[in-house]
Amino acid sequence: MDLFNSVFIAKASFIGVVFLITLGVAAYSTYFERKIAAFMQDRIGPDRAGPFGILQPLADAVKMFMKEDFIPANSNKWLFIMGPCLSMLTALMTSAVVPFGDTITLGGVEFDLQGIDVNIGILWVFGIVSLGVYGILIGGWASNNKYSLLGAIRAASQNISYELAMGLSIIAILMMTGSLSTKAIVEAQQNGHWNILYQPMGFIIFLICAFAECNRTPFDLPECETELIGGYHTEYSSMKLGFYLFAEYINMFISGAVMATLYFGGYDYPGIDFVTAQLGETAATLIGAGALIGKALAFVFIFMWVRWTLPRFRYDQLMGLGWSGLIPLAMFNIVVTGLGVLLDQQILIGIGGVVVFIAGIVVYDQLFVKKKIA
Amino acid sequence: MEISNIWYFLSGLTLLSALMVVLAKNPIHSVLYLVFTFFCISGHYVLLNAQFLMAVNIIVYAGAIMVLFLFVIMMFDLRKNQPESKSNLTKLAGSVVAGSLLVVLIALVRQNNINTPPLEGFVSQTGMVETLGKVLYSEYLLPFELVSILFFVAMVGAVLLGKREAGERNF
Repeated sequence: MDLFNSVFIAKASFIGVVFLITLGVAAYSTYFERKIAAFMQDRIGPDRAGPFGILQPLADAVKMFMKEDFIPANSNKWLFIMGPCLSMLTALMTSAVVPFGDTITLGGVEFDLQGIDVNIGILWVFGIVSLGVYGILIGGWASNNKYSLLGAIRAASQNISYELAMGLSIIAILMMTGSLSTKAIVEAQQNGHWNILYQPMGFIIFLICAFAECNRTPFDLPECETELIGGYHTEYSSMKLGFYLFAEYINMFISGAVMATLYFGGYDYPGIDFVTAQLGETAATLIGAGALIGKALAFVFIFMWVRWTLPRFRYDQLMGLGWSGLIPLAMFNIVVTGLGVLLDQQILIGIGGVVVFIAGIVVYDQLFVKKKIA
Repeated sequence: MEISNIWYFLSGLTLLSALMVVLAKNPIHSVLYLVFTFFCISGHYVLLNAQFLMAVNIIVYAGAIMVLFLFVIMMFDLRKNQPESKSNLTKLAGSVVAGSLLVVLIALVRQNNINTPPLEGFVSQTGMVETLGKVLYSEYLLPFELVSILFFVAMVGAVLLGKREAGERNF
């Protein structure tokens, strides 16, 4: 019973720390989003609250809480409240299987820097991602507003479509690692054998799908202002709206962490043996956890960078890209990976696959696509 | 906490939410209760140490099929498409039929006295992905491939049904 209690407390405190990091990162992502947008558009951005506007997230939170909490008259009240709650819940649940580091030993007891080490880790991520759409769908329907419903339906069909390509790109990784456990996937990538070297095409597919699953630009059609006012959160105000927006930032951070886990070696970083020899194992593990968070933040930056660079897709273009672009590409990637595993030449055939693909596109373009002379 | 207590709690929750699927007035509520029922069933899979089944159950049923259900029901105008309420006689007949089916099923289970499998031969890894995959691809290869052909046929059928023919009205 004593062991159970200590394990329980260790897990609970670890989950608490992950929770706080996630919320903190999400809060400050809003600040950096605005700063980066300002930088790209040659503006200054928020600079009033505190030095460099660093207290802006706090000010935003206070503003969100002070606003009137409004529930439309003919809406379905409980479902209206449930929507943002579900969005937050599913956004926070994914981080349970992300391995933030190796084990550390404190006072003779080993602690795993991972919420739960299940042998279906990646399926867990996949399952929670597929549930993420419920928050939007329920919130959009319960608002009793045509624009909200349209936004919700767009979100649902977009998420379902891009889940397929995402799953297929993950399968290529599973073929190489031979395990569904996120921990095993990270351990297979230690010492610089990062999956990005073996799976460049799979990573691109996964990245595009992550954009679509997080409803970020260029795929933010569920909340397309020019067509749908605010999309699924048109009728929301106060902290319920805050939860929807917050869930998006949490999703960005978590999907960054998942991408770092799957493709960029997780908590692996160059020079890990040197650091272990100099500072001891615990410090090396903690730096590894920092490296994973750093990689996740780099992905958050890429999300923002793309948002302020690329224009939005049209809805039929989005569906066309998902179904007739990414899914066949992901299947091609699986075949190429299978060939690589069979011949034991994974890097060579991985790169060869990309080259063959690009050559095929160019040839097809030259032969069959009629150029319009503008 | 005893594991059997968790089982009783989970089973009670499953039955309750399954009942609410039938009893809820609003179709959207019914669908959401059904999603919750699937979660409870996934909990049962975890208790059986079948993690893969649990994940796949959530991904396929809760994550994909029920979203499409919700999708379709949201498109209805619920006020116009209200099903007319049944007469009391129909309700009575329905409960009698369902109740007698329940009695027959319970009697069957009790009569046949199904034994619990022996504990010695129990392998805790049966529900894991590796074991499942090996069994599927060796012992049950032919049924597995047949099922995939069935899925393929269904997929082609769905595409054919969904395809707009040339000259058809474009809503």
